[in-house]
Amino acid sequence: MDWTALYLSLRLAGWTVVILLPLSILAGRLLAYRRFRAKGLVEAIVMLPLVLPPTVFGFYMLVAFGRNSPVGELWFQLFGHQLVFTFEGLLLASVIVNLPFAIQPAQRGFEAVPVEVREAASCCGLSPWRSLWKVELPLAWPGVLTAMVLVFAHTLGEFGVILMMGGSIPGETKTIAIAIYDRVQGFDMQGAAIMSATLVAISLVTITLTYMLSARIGRRLG
Amino acid sequence: MALEVMAQAIAPIPLDVAFRVEPGELLALVGHSGSGKTTLLRTIAGLWRPATARVRVGGTVWLDTRTGVNLAPHRRRVGVVFQNYALFPHMTAAQNVMAALDAPDLAEATRLLDLVNLHGLADRKPAQLSGGQQQRVAVARALARKPAALLLDEPFSAVDRATRDKLYAEIIALRAHLAMPVVLVTHDMNEAQLLADRMVVIEKGQVVRAGTTAQVMADAGALRAMGIREVAALLPAMVVEHLPDGLTRLEAAGGPLFLPSVEAAPGTRVRVRIMAHEVILSRARPEGLSAQNIIAGRIARIVAGHGPAVMVHIDVGGQEILARITRRAADQMALQPGETVHAILKAMSVARDHIAATAPDLTPTAA
Repeated sequence: MDWTALYLSLRLAGWTVVILLPLSILAGRLLAYRRFRAKGLVEAIVMLPLVLPPTVFGFYMLVAFGRNSPVGELWFQLFGHQLVFTFEGLLLASVIVNLPFAIQPAQRGFEAVPVEVREAASCCGLSPWRSLWKVELPLAWPGVLTAMVLVFAHTLGEFGVILMMGGSIPGETKTIAIAIYDRVQGFDMQGAAIMSATLVAISLVTITLTYMLSARIGRRLG
Repeated sequence: MALEVMAQAIAPIPLDVAFRVEPGELLALVGHSGSGKTTLLRTIAGLWRPATARVRVGGTVWLDTRTGVNLAPHRRRVGVVFQNYALFPHMTAAQNVMAALDAPDLAEATRLLDLVNLHGLADRKPAQLSGGQQQRVAVARALARKPAALLLDEPFSAVDRATRDKLYAEIIALRAHLAMPVVLVTHDMNEAQLLADRMVVIEKGQVVRAGTTAQVMADAGALRAMGIREVAALLPAMVVEHLPDGLTRLEAAGGPLFLPSVEAAPGTRVRVRIMAHEVILSRARPEGLSAQNIIAGRIARIVAGHGPAVMVHIDVGGQEILARITRRAADQMALQPGETVHAILKAMSVARDHIAATAPDLTPTAA
């Protein structure tokens, strides 16, 4: 059992959720409520990582954030090391590749809040910010929660993009999915089996907890 | 602080309307669906901005497209009761009301819920309340905003007939507490007549007729625009006693009225709705008729409409009742303004659902 890889995967999934939670709320709300000219295009771009092969996506990440790219260059100037082949680079890729899983369900959640209820909130004197906290988020919460579970589970299982972006530096970029692949390559089927089963268990527990939680929220809303 | 509204637009619906509502006055915007009445209400609330518009309450400008002033809804002191109430489903009745208060104050929220006869239901979620109760929460929430203008958007359309009559009575009673201008949007002329001081009839975004409720209800053109054929007058009366034979004796300006059992305690003020086409006129006080209700009055005016009928307005102790009779009958009787006539009201024509209590019994019953 590669505990370092498991810990790294959990850390990556956790940070991805932390970063995507506010982003999904802001972007999901914007896409749900606002009408603007390029909305269709923005929605398409957000969904793109869902349809692209992870290798293609990873390749562009490598090109966009590599040592010779402006972003990679700036990162090097600031921190003295490369962005790719590091945990930070992995996190960046993970955030981008998870955008559709984060934004889509959150957007659906906000769309489920009736427009009259939002109008009533503003007519009750609630500023947009207070309306978000007191009315919209409590009602859109199941969507946001679903988004975060998907992001967490999907990050644990991500393989292609991480392989392209990170290689497999232990404790830095070697996630549990990569570790399983390595074990199979090295004919350690038992090690791969244990780690796979662990991953299945973690995913199952996460999703079960979420469903139970959202069912409770659903009951609370009556 | 009066509410002044002016709105002009071409799209999405043509609109060219201006009106003013005095403090404490209830103005009904009456029109068919698509006439623009709800758009006007949304303009006042700040949920919609027409191409050219001005909304002013007292000295405060909420919207003026000419000077570019446009306050967001949450910056306007406006109370809105939405058609389907739009309560916050995750909050209790008390929390709904508190959400509209400037500072969370459970005592004040409870007081407002008591005011709308929702005593003891503060901890219920909207889904656990009946339609009538939800409407009352919505009213309490709108009042919690301490509004400079109160807006009611078809607030009675989502409840059944019996509940509606009860809610009418409650709104009428509640008006003693309302010092701000109130705007009611409705497609129901009879509802407007029951509740409003003044009416503005809107058709295709234009004002067809504006005036006091009595003026508009006596205007054949306005009524035709609303597709109303049955005109009625409202006569204030007081319940005096319930008789053993099942009738209730009421005292009205022109004399006693006997109606089939009215569900209200003696002393209760009510308005009796008298349909104009069910009134028979007689010059002399008739004797030997089966009809029990005969009111004497003075002809105020006779208004001829299209067709064979005329509308006779009869002054009864300062109140007005209407009689629709044929032009031929009016000519034969040689009716003239200023003359005394006796209006014969068939007892059955003043049925129970034509009575709206002006003061509700204050029992906190659930509707």
